[in-house]
Formats: sequence, C-alpha cells, structure tokens
Amino acid sequence: MTFLTTGLGAHIRSASIHGKVRGGEHSARSVLFLIALWLCLFVAFGVLLTLIITTLIDGFSRLDSRLVTEYPASAPERAGLRPAILGSIWVIGATALLTIPLGVAAAVHLEEFADRKKWFNRAIELNVQNLAAVPSIVYGLLALGFLALLGVQNKNIVIGGALALGLLVLPVIIISTREALRGVPLEIRQGSLALGATPLQTVWRQTLPASVPGIATGAILGLSRALGEAAPLLVLGALVFVSFDPNGLLSGYTTMPIQIFNWTSRPQAEFHELASAGSILLLLILLAMNGLAIFIRNRYQQRW
Amino acid sequence: MPTKTRAASYTTGSDQKPTIHFPAEHAERSAALPTVPNAIIECKDVNVYYNAFRAVTGVDLSFGSKEITALIGPSGCGKSTLLRSLNRMNDLIDGARVEGSVTFQGEDIYHKEVDAIEVRRRIGMVFQKPNPFPKSIYDNIAYGPRVIGLKASNMDDLVEEALTRAALWPEVKDKLKQSAFGLSGGQQQRLCIARTIAVKPDVILMDEPCSSLDPIATSRIEDLMYELREDYTIIIVTHNMQQAARVADRTAFFTALASEETGDRTGLLVEYDLTKKIFESPADQRTEDYISGRFG
Ligand SMILES: Nc1ncnc2c1ncn2[C@@H]1O[C@H](COP(=O)(O)OP(=O)(O)O)[C@@H](O)[C@H]1O
Ligand SMILES: [Mg+2]
Repeated sequence: MTFLTTGLGAHIRSASIHGKVRGGEHSARSVLFLIALWLCLFVAFGVLLTLIITTLIDGFSRLDSRLVTEYPASAPERAGLRPAILGSIWVIGATALLTIPLGVAAAVHLEEFADRKKWFNRAIELNVQNLAAVPSIVYGLLALGFLALLGVQNKNIVIGGALALGLLVLPVIIISTREALRGVPLEIRQGSLALGATPLQTVWRQTLPASVPGIATGAILGLSRALGEAAPLLVLGALVFVSFDPNGLLSGYTTMPIQIFNWTSRPQAEFHELASAGSILLLLILLAMNGLAIFIRNRYQQRW
Repeated sequence: MPTKTRAASYTTGSDQKPTIHFPAEHAERSAALPTVPNAIIECKDVNVYYNAFRAVTGVDLSFGSKEITALIGPSGCGKSTLLRSLNRMNDLIDGARVEGSVTFQGEDIYHKEVDAIEVRRRIGMVFQKPNPFPKSIYDNIAYGPRVIGLKASNMDDLVEEALTRAALWPEVKDKLKQSAFGLSGGQQQRLCIARTIAVKPDVILMDEPCSSLDPIATSRIEDLMYELREDYTIIIVTHNMQQAARVADRTAFFTALASEETGDRTGLLVEYDLTKKIFESPADQRTEDYISGRFG
C-alpha cells in the first residue's frame, strides 16, 4: 500500500515535469478529438464561406450606386434600397437613443448600488441574463401588445420598431456595461471615495468614464445585431414597399433586412440579384460596425 | 485586581461573543498605556465585525494630533480593519460593522447624523498599492478639490502646492498633462499622497504605503511623512519594523489571539506607547518577541 502511494506520487511528479505521458496530447483519443474539433470548425467555416461567395457572385452585378439611391420599384432594374437604408438608420438611431441611457443606468444600478443580498435584485439579474436569450420575435410581439395597449393604430412607425429592437438590445447593453464596470478596479472607487467624493460622483467621474470603451463596444455589437433583425419588425407590420424617405419618429419605414426579405420572395431572378446585392451591403455595414467595436476596444480599453 | 478586569481579560458579557483572557503576567496592560495629549481621534472599546466574525476586539486607542502613529503587528491581526474604521471606509465593505466609539475631534464619526463623505474628506487615506486615477497627473490632483467643491481661486496653484508638499513637483512639473500611469511606483504613491493633501484633510491614514516600493522610494515617502507631520496627523500601518521605529512618534502593537471558547482569532491591542519605549523596553513579552523577530 505504502509502495503504491509513493509510486503514484513519483509518477505524478514526473508527469508534471515532462507532460507527455499516457493520456497526454498524443494519445489516439486526443488526436481523434482534435480532428473532430477541426472538422467542426471546417464545416462551420465552409458553410459561411459558401454563403458569402454565392451571395457575392449573385449580387455583384447589382452592387452599384443605384442600389443606394433608388426607391423600390416593380421593375428590378430601377429598384434600390434608399428608403430601407434610411429606415434602418432611423430605427437603429432611435433604438440607440432609447436603450443606451436606459441600459447603462440599469447596469450602474445593478453593479454599483443594488444590494446583492436582496432577492429582487438577484431576480432582476437572473432575468437580464435570460432576456438575452429570448427569440427576437417575442420582443416584436411584446412591442405589438404594448403599442396596442397605448391605443396606437398604425404600428408601423419608427418609434414602434425602435421599441421592439430596444427590448432586444437592452439586455446586451446591460450585460456588457456591467462587465465594463466590473473591469474597473475597486482601488479606483476606493481612491475616489477616500477623497470625499460621493458614490454618485465616483460613478459619474471615475467608473463610468473608465468603462466607456467597454460600453461602446457592447452597444455597437448589440445594435449591429438589431440592424440585421427582420422578424420583430415584420410582426409590427413594417411596410415592404416604401417609396418615401422616413422623416421622423412617427414616420412609416422599412429596413434593409425587410426589403431584402421581400425581394427574395419575388419570382424574378433580377430581384434575387438585388437581394444579394442588398445582403452584401448589409454585411459590409455589419462588418464595419464590428470592426469599429474591435478598434475601440483595442485602442481605448484601459489596461490597469 | 477586580477594578482592572478590562486590562486583564476581555469579556463582552454576551454569550455568543468570544472571551479573551490575557495571561496573568500581562494584567497590567492598561497601566502601560500612555495618555496622549492633544488626541484628535479616539477609539473606545472598538470592535469591528465582518458579519459574525470579529476581526478586532476591544481597542482603546488615542491618536495624537500632528503626530505619526504606527500600527504594527503580524498579518491578519486587524490593522487594516481598524484603520478603515477610522474614516468609515469600512462602510464600503459588505457585512462590516463597527461597535464602540470612534471620535474625531470629540465627535462620534459613526453617529447617524454624521456624513461618512465628510468624515472621509477630513480623514484621508493612502492605500497599499498606488492607485492613481486613469487621468493626467494634473487631473489626479484636481479631482478631489473639484468633487468636494473646494473653491480654489486658482486650481493650478493648488495643484502645484499639493505636488510640492508631496515632494513630487520637480519631477512632474513638465508633464502635468501626461497620464499618471507613466510614473514609477514610488512617484505614483507620492501622487496619491499629493492627491490626498489637495483636499486639505486633518488626518492621513496610510495602509502599508511602502509595501510595493523599493528602498529608495520608501525612504522618500518616509521623509515626506516627516515633513507632513508639521501640518497633518498621520496614522500608518506598516509591516516594516524599522519604518515604524524611524518615523513614528507612537507605536501600537497588535496581535491576533484565539478565543479560549470559540477558537476564533481576533485582533487585539497589546501595547501602545512612545515608539522609543516600544522598541527599547516593551512592557509586554509578546511585543518584545515580535519586534525582536522571534514571532510574527
Ligand atoms: N473584507 C473582509 N471581509 C471579511 N473578512 C475580512 C475582510 N478584510 C479582512 N478580513 C479579516 O479580518 C482579519 C483582519 O484583517 P486585516 O485587517 O486585513 O489584517 P492586517 O491588515 O493586520 O493584516 C483577517 O482575519 C481577515 O481575514
Ligand atoms: Mg493589512
């Protein structure tokens, strides 16, 4: 028995030094597992690449200035995304104005002021986590019900869409803001409070400014998700044939994903090309937004 | 003897609380306590709890105005805990609770009408690890005066004065707009001291301010403390016995004792006296063991 124990001890010691013993990285099972992992990655990447390439091939011929200057039309060669692009800008802009202050405030409260021992604060925390996983169409239905409650007849208005998308983005902003706040060392808060600053001043002048890069990154990623959403807006009856520029919070609108969705359902092949071109444009915008988020994170993130 | 129970043993009277009995040879502890003329902060029977755990038990201690008082003792004996309870930084820790009385200029700082923010403004704190704000050197100093609404006729002068007092001005006067993170550890710690001075407190608490610094930076901070003593009361926690011997007017030695009943360790004040007396002829055997390196 004693012999066994010491023997095992010696084995563990040698294993920790040399690293390549039975069950290490080169066993058959490990190699098999590694191959499986690579395969998964390959399949996922392959699907994505195929999708992008076919879209590019389909849509390349229509990727011109008409795409952004023209209004939708029954003739595909005269049709463009102009109102949809403006509609997307209006809706996403309104969503941002609605959710960023609200989300940041909620996160500050939860992270800096709420008593974690209170059951309702814990319940809110748990729910915020859960909300991030709710399918987007549910938010559309929620916004629909809310607008109906308010007695709004025409629900295809910018602010209505912003409401639905705002509900979708809010948890993302709350969660990323909390993470950013948590990244600010306790010592900074203590240093501020020890000088006689109030907790609110400390949040306002230290914690929040130091968290701005993280908040901006989270907000951009959240908004870029909203930009690609069609389902919640369709539930709200977003128009699919808008031949005017949206011009206010109560204006009717369509957005890029909805317009693309509409074009794909047309029988003519030209409309499908148009849809592909629109997808490419949407993809480029999303890429740019994600790039911006990464840039902000790398450039401005405070390293403590 | 019965009249000196407080010195010989610590009994709170409550059943749940641990009872600490000093060995008989230390029964004369209170007789050794010097009276502090001109006390600015006074602790009477201070107990500090973290939830049910009592980290500091029954501390009676007065801090002299414009003196440097050192708190020494082995790790975990509650020095930081006691220090934080002097300016209500303990309020920020979940479950931390202070019993007994801590008075500042005769006023109970834990009285419910006393504003903790004001207490912290009057009793500043410098931390173990330098914690400059992620701002420029100038803004680090100006931050305190700005948030407390100190009406400085000229902020530039105030910044210069604070940096000068902290013996940092010559080193940073040409890079006030640069990030404080570019300074060395010792410079950052002096910046933190300057930042504290800028709000013109009466007392500066320092929790092992030199523990992350090299000997040269340490000696500069010690020089600085000596100069600041002209205008400020300084209470410093230190692990470094020589440091206490060098800078402190008075030294309080703490230790952690296990209760005979519950076995919980709690911090106690063993001996408090003029630094010279503590280091040359301590009254308590444990103090002597500690400073001579036989324990702790
Ligand atoms: N925030 C805290 N929560 C719970 N217990 C704590 C906390 N801070 C310190 N303690 C405990 O209180 C005791 C005293 O700690 P501390 O005051 O840091 O000692 P010192 O500064 O003398 O090393 C230790 O047992 C420590 O574990
Ligand atoms: Mg400590």
